[in-house]
Amino acid sequence: MNTPLPPITSSPHGHQGGDTAVLMRRVIYALLPAIAGYVWYFGWGIVINILIAVVAALLAEAAILRLRGRPVAPSLGDGSAALTAVLLAFALPPLAPWWLPTIGALFAIVFAKQLYGGLGHNPFNPAMAGYVLLLISFPREMTSWLPPTTVSEYFPGLRDTLGYVFFGHLPHGLSLDAVTAATPLDTVRSAVGIDAALDELRQTSPLFGMAGGHGWTTVNALLLLGGAWLLWQRIITWHVPVAMLGTLFGLALLFWLFDPQHNPTPLFHLFSGAAILGAFFIATDPVSGATTPRGRLLFGAGCGALTFVIRTWGGYPDGVAFSVLLMNMAAPLLDHYSRPRIYGHPRRRPRR
Amino acid sequence: MFRLFGIRGGVHPEEHKHPTASRPIETLPLPERLCVPLAQHIGAPAEAVVKIGQRVLRGQLIGSGQGRVSAPVHAPASGKVVAVDDLPAPHPSGLPVLSVVIEPDGAQDDADHPVPSDPLAMAPEAIADFVSRAGIVGLGGAAFPSAVKLNLGLSGGAHTLIINGGECEPYLTCDDRLMRERAEAVIDGVRIMRHASGAEVALIGIEDNKPSAIEAMRQAAAGDDAVQVVAVPTRYPMGSEKQMVQALTGREIPAGKLSAQLGVVLHNVGTAYAVHRALRQGRPLVSRIVTVGGGAVREPRNFEVPIGTPLKALFDACGGFAETPDRVLMGGPMMGQWMPSLEVPVVKGTSGVIALTAAEVRKHPVQPCIRCSRCVEACPVGLLPLEMASRIRKSDYDAAGKLGLTDCIACGSCSWVCPSNIPLVHFFNFAKGELVARRAAEERTSGLRELAEKRQVRLEKEARIKAEKAAQRKRERQARAEAKAAAEREAKKQAREEQKQEEEA
Repeated sequence: MNTPLPPITSSPHGHQGGDTAVLMRRVIYALLPAIAGYVWYFGWGIVINILIAVVAALLAEAAILRLRGRPVAPSLGDGSAALTAVLLAFALPPLAPWWLPTIGALFAIVFAKQLYGGLGHNPFNPAMAGYVLLLISFPREMTSWLPPTTVSEYFPGLRDTLGYVFFGHLPHGLSLDAVTAATPLDTVRSAVGIDAALDELRQTSPLFGMAGGHGWTTVNALLLLGGAWLLWQRIITWHVPVAMLGTLFGLALLFWLFDPQHNPTPLFHLFSGAAILGAFFIATDPVSGATTPRGRLLFGAGCGALTFVIRTWGGYPDGVAFSVLLMNMAAPLLDHYSRPRIYGHPRRRPRR
Repeated sequence: MFRLFGIRGGVHPEEHKHPTASRPIETLPLPERLCVPLAQHIGAPAEAVVKIGQRVLRGQLIGSGQGRVSAPVHAPASGKVVAVDDLPAPHPSGLPVLSVVIEPDGAQDDADHPVPSDPLAMAPEAIADFVSRAGIVGLGGAAFPSAVKLNLGLSGGAHTLIINGGECEPYLTCDDRLMRERAEAVIDGVRIMRHASGAEVALIGIEDNKPSAIEAMRQAAAGDDAVQVVAVPTRYPMGSEKQMVQALTGREIPAGKLSAQLGVVLHNVGTAYAVHRALRQGRPLVSRIVTVGGGAVREPRNFEVPIGTPLKALFDACGGFAETPDRVLMGGPMMGQWMPSLEVPVVKGTSGVIALTAAEVRKHPVQPCIRCSRCVEACPVGLLPLEMASRIRKSDYDAAGKLGLTDCIACGSCSWVCPSNIPLVHFFNFAKGELVARRAAEERTSGLRELAEKRQVRLEKEARIKAEKAAQRKRERQARAEAKAAAEREAKKQAREEQKQEEEA
């Protein structure tokens, strides 16, 4: 019995199993119910956006890896570029010209991710960096949202959507302005801007549903479902979602109790816009977020507070993307000051 | 109910214990040759006291302990000493270690070791002396001389003796089987050790995945309030010293200190059994129970094995390999060491020999760290493995040290959970080695500087003494010259006076 033995290896001689590609894939799976809901309420636009963004992201990743002289296949296989593209597409309006997701995905992968050194080295969330670039550069395209099909007379079918995405025109001589509408967050923002009472708005506007906007509530509930599955699968920890949504809810509650006519309800804050998407899928991005348990709580709380501040007093109807990017900048600091106490060491402040 | 305390982090690797946990301990047939290393413990190696060609009895001293922290080595079987030579050590390096090679004659004649009539009536120091002479070291794997620990407890005023029956490593069941089959003997050993360490109470911590062992030990300890069997939650690395102390006492061993600081001494259940054997049966530590396991082994089981048995003999006794192992380990898969060959021997600290298949090892290519911080959640010590690894990657070992590198217990939980399959423990072991080497180099340069300074001082002192002596001599010369001149003047004066007197006359 002469057994050939391998070269020296170090303990542990085993592994839990799985790799980063499994993590990325599961996050994408968790988004599937919400994608289905999105299609139900807003048409096929999101699927087309996702496909365009994924193709652009993978091509960009492959090209820049080749330029950097790095192996291409393992990085494309880890699924991180695809996930970035899917998250970016989620933030885009359902009717968007093809170049919108393309530019967003290219910027996210090339500038926000690979120029910083690729996977694991980007200080900012690439999907949100791409989104913010688009929001600032193309405000008209980025704010042309469709109303949910349940309140709109027009539902763009697959062919109509493709026609708009690639050729820029809608059938029957419809103009984009005729079919788009402001999002609930935007409506509330304008209403508060002209000092209108929110109760009245809620009764007159067909946009508003149970908790948030019509349709939005369902999509957000499906996102919440996906997020809960991620928690159950231990892909993410509870710290960021709980801290972010808790802070947003708490601040909204405080202001709503103080003046319900000029502040939307806390539930409206949670179930409109990107709060839940942000809390479970964006702010939990491990690379650009905090890594210690306490750091993650602070990171999430910061995202929630900044989102509330931007929504209430800022220049944009939603603030999740900006708040995540701002907290990304703070992540190294949070990590530094929230290190866990080491076994056998007394409690004390960390020193430089 | 006994109050338990939580430990931080930890992981739940698949246990793989059932193939061996259900089979009784068997006796391994004597191999043709036993290679007994003289350095099987922490501390100074033993020195051979036998000659080639000499016949030795089982339990006869073949290597005597050297210095305060050391342990003697005894013959595991009666037979002939055929060599005292450098042979590969059971260590990944396979570096040579001085070993006594014995060819057993099968007679199994025992050397005569007197037994005390009642160990519990002996002075604690005398028990420790007995334990020391029996060559007993920590059988959990660290192989630290047990008598030194007992004495530390006694001098430090220990109040609690913890007996570690955690056995949290996957595959290993040697302690489990020992507690199930020989609970009375183990408890007797625990009582003797409690007496020897001066502790008021002995707590036996056993992971709750071993209900039969817990039951057997509780029965054996029934009616003795000073010995308590405590079921601790099953979570790796519960069987690590720091975690076991934390779970049972709620206190943490201060960084860089020993558990004796807290009034706690910790020994393994196997060690307690060895103490029982030594003090009740006059049997030094010449054999131990070893789990032979892993997916590559045809029929895994537990053996009572003479120290010095080559690993090959253990696998042969299990029907050999069902498939080619990816690697053979000494110890469990989480902290065990890769073995360079099957010819290396079982030593006192060998709890198991494990042959793993490639499917069990699950080797994956290493990917970039995505900072998911699962390692932070898993670390039982509260370290930030990802941050330490990023510093070590940049060769900044001091920064890693400031993040707590030296507090790392190398349990492997971080590497186990890392989705990027980064060999974190390998990084940390390497960096710890670098820090030690650097400190040694610093000590060497500071030592040289000290020597140079001393030389300078010495030279200055010599020069000063020389100068003083020269001055002294000068002064003496002057004094002599003056005295001489004075004497001459006196003589001239006298001569002149004499002349005057003559003239007058």
